[in-house]
Amino acid sequence: MNKSLFKLQCPAPKFDFDIITLAHGSGGKLTNQLLETGVFDVLKNDILDKHHDGAFLEMTGKIAFSTDSFVISPIEFPGGDIGELAINGTVNDVAMCGAIPQYLSLSFIIEEGLPVSQFWDIIVSIKYAAEKSGVKIVTGDTKVVDKGKGDKIFINTTGIGHLHPNAQIDMSRIKSGDKVIISNSIATHGIAILSVREGLKFETEIESDTTNLNHLTKELLDKFGNKIHLFRDPTRGGVAATLNEIASEIEKGIILNDDKIPVLPQVKAACEILGLDPLYTANEGVFMSFVASEIADDVIKVLQQYPESKFASIIGEVKDEPKDKVLITNPMGGKRVVHMPIGEQLPRIC
Amino acid sequence: MKHLTEYRNPELAKKILKEIEKTATKNWKIMEICGGQTHSLVKNGILSVLPKNIEMLHGPGCPVCVTPLNLIDKAIYLAKEKGVILCSFGDMLRVPGSTDSLLEAKAKGADVRILYSPLEAVQIAHQNPDKEVVFFAVGFETTAPANALSILHAQKLGLKNYSILNSHVLVPPAIKALMEDPEAKIDAFLAAGHVCSIMGYWQYHELADKYKIPIVVTGFEPLDLLQGILAAVKQLENGNYHVENQYKRIVKEEGNREAQNIINQVYEYGDQMWRGIGTIPDSGWHLRKEFERFDADKKFNIDIEKVPENALCIAGDIMKGIKKPFQCPAFGTTCTPQNPLGAPMVSSEGACAAYYNFRTLFEEMS
Repeated sequence: MNKSLFKLQCPAPKFDFDIITLAHGSGGKLTNQLLETGVFDVLKNDILDKHHDGAFLEMTGKIAFSTDSFVISPIEFPGGDIGELAINGTVNDVAMCGAIPQYLSLSFIIEEGLPVSQFWDIIVSIKYAAEKSGVKIVTGDTKVVDKGKGDKIFINTTGIGHLHPNAQIDMSRIKSGDKVIISNSIATHGIAILSVREGLKFETEIESDTTNLNHLTKELLDKFGNKIHLFRDPTRGGVAATLNEIASEIEKGIILNDDKIPVLPQVKAACEILGLDPLYTANEGVFMSFVASEIADDVIKVLQQYPESKFASIIGEVKDEPKDKVLITNPMGGKRVVHMPIGEQLPRIC
Repeated sequence: MKHLTEYRNPELAKKILKEIEKTATKNWKIMEICGGQTHSLVKNGILSVLPKNIEMLHGPGCPVCVTPLNLIDKAIYLAKEKGVILCSFGDMLRVPGSTDSLLEAKAKGADVRILYSPLEAVQIAHQNPDKEVVFFAVGFETTAPANALSILHAQKLGLKNYSILNSHVLVPPAIKALMEDPEAKIDAFLAAGHVCSIMGYWQYHELADKYKIPIVVTGFEPLDLLQGILAAVKQLENGNYHVENQYKRIVKEEGNREAQNIINQVYEYGDQMWRGIGTIPDSGWHLRKEFERFDADKKFNIDIEKVPENALCIAGDIMKGIKKPFQCPAFGTTCTPQNPLGAPMVSSEGACAAYYNFRTLFEEMS
């Protein structure tokens, strides 16, 4: 089911209030009303329904565990909102460990004055994203802060999940000769956010590609097991920052092929106009894999079957030299170092 | 994107590279004036494929690099102390002033906004009549028309709360100053395509004649740059020197008359201070007397101490092509993009940052 159909099936309940106030975070009647109707009823599952201070989970064996906070502005953007992002972000972090995400905690810090309708939209997005990725929300918290002390809403999610039996995700297993694969076109999310944040309008609207990646990573692990050496999602700092971190950790060089890096034409055009580099732009629904070279082409075949990874591409290779560096070569034979970004990308004057 | 990919065709690029290699029999030093060209040379890896006897010198055409330290301090002062909404192009934000950068001022609570056009600043002023809005109007001839237009717009709207902190620098006087500098050894120039799209290139004939130096008006895509370099090398090898226009698809001899008219209405020529280089006569545009009330410097009567540049920084010699960044003792040690001593280490167009990011390859090649 697509998201807009899903939203139609979740009409907002009637509340006596239009905006969230400090009273909704005080633990009293209003808190109850908001949580019971606004949260528990929507996200219900056997564990959450116990309404205990924490969740009881049965788990054995090796577990992956990850947490992330979401403070994005604006909270709604083309292609998604902060709720969907908060679920996908943590689901993907757990998936990048080679695990199957199962349970999530969910905490809100709400700035007073947030319209209830907007909060409801976020909750529905959360439900949709959780169902799509197959995780249960089992515990959570809600706090409300004074106006001006937050930015509408901040969300923290923490996720855990069992390790996939075939997974041996470990940076130390990366060898020279390994191929670097990107699951889809890059920079889409960053440009989508920037275009709304800066009020820039393009002829074609660029939508964020935020999505859960756990089904894809699971399928790759089912099929290729320990031939997959690493999964990483290049979120903040983009592909450039993630690859630089890896290169310096493994003390090897990563050589990228400029014309193999997928970027949607409208995203590429926006980057040209804004003076930004797609390699340094944030991603959401994209992950990188470092795999043994013999399976690289097959990994691409698997990924390209799915809409969220149809532009999967082998973008580079691990080499002994130059150590700790990421280089990019172009078809002209030109080379440059892809350096670690210093801070956020700043648009150039001319 | 069609019209861009055409200028990035790798097969054609290889052909031109071969021709440069074949044509160049001696060592030539060619300076690209514009920071945008430096950026493209690095981004497209062109420096790594040029024959060894062609040395590119990265000129002073990086507006971020040549904006005086004192003016950056003034911008920070306005944002922090005067409570103005300080609007700026993005890459000015990280440039170190004497104590802070605009980015740090923003973190400390100043209202600093990144804009893509000064006209947006006029809009902000219009929407916030109770706040003073200052646009940090820096740049070469390229940004001048929009900056001038912002003032005309503000005037038309009757805005009293809009002004600009102005630092406009001009290319031809800079070429002249470089050629008059006995230490600078430059064989040819690639003139900045976008500057010429506004101003044309009629002013450059005199320079080419006087200093007997080839000047090629050049674009920014890989093929543009390679063609520009080839044209310069051909002239040098044949002992010619004249102005040539590689960027014909954009640049006309006379430039953009409409843009020039707008500039002339608002600006007049005057001496200008270039960070790292010094004052060059008639190398800047200042607001005409009748637009003085839009001059933030005068409006706020800013009188702050002039702090000297960091003594270690040799930015001036680098922008004149006299020294390479790694001949600077601070390069990559006390001065890095994380902690820049001078502006060329800040902007991705700055020669020092470009070399820093490119360093391993230079080490490999040398």
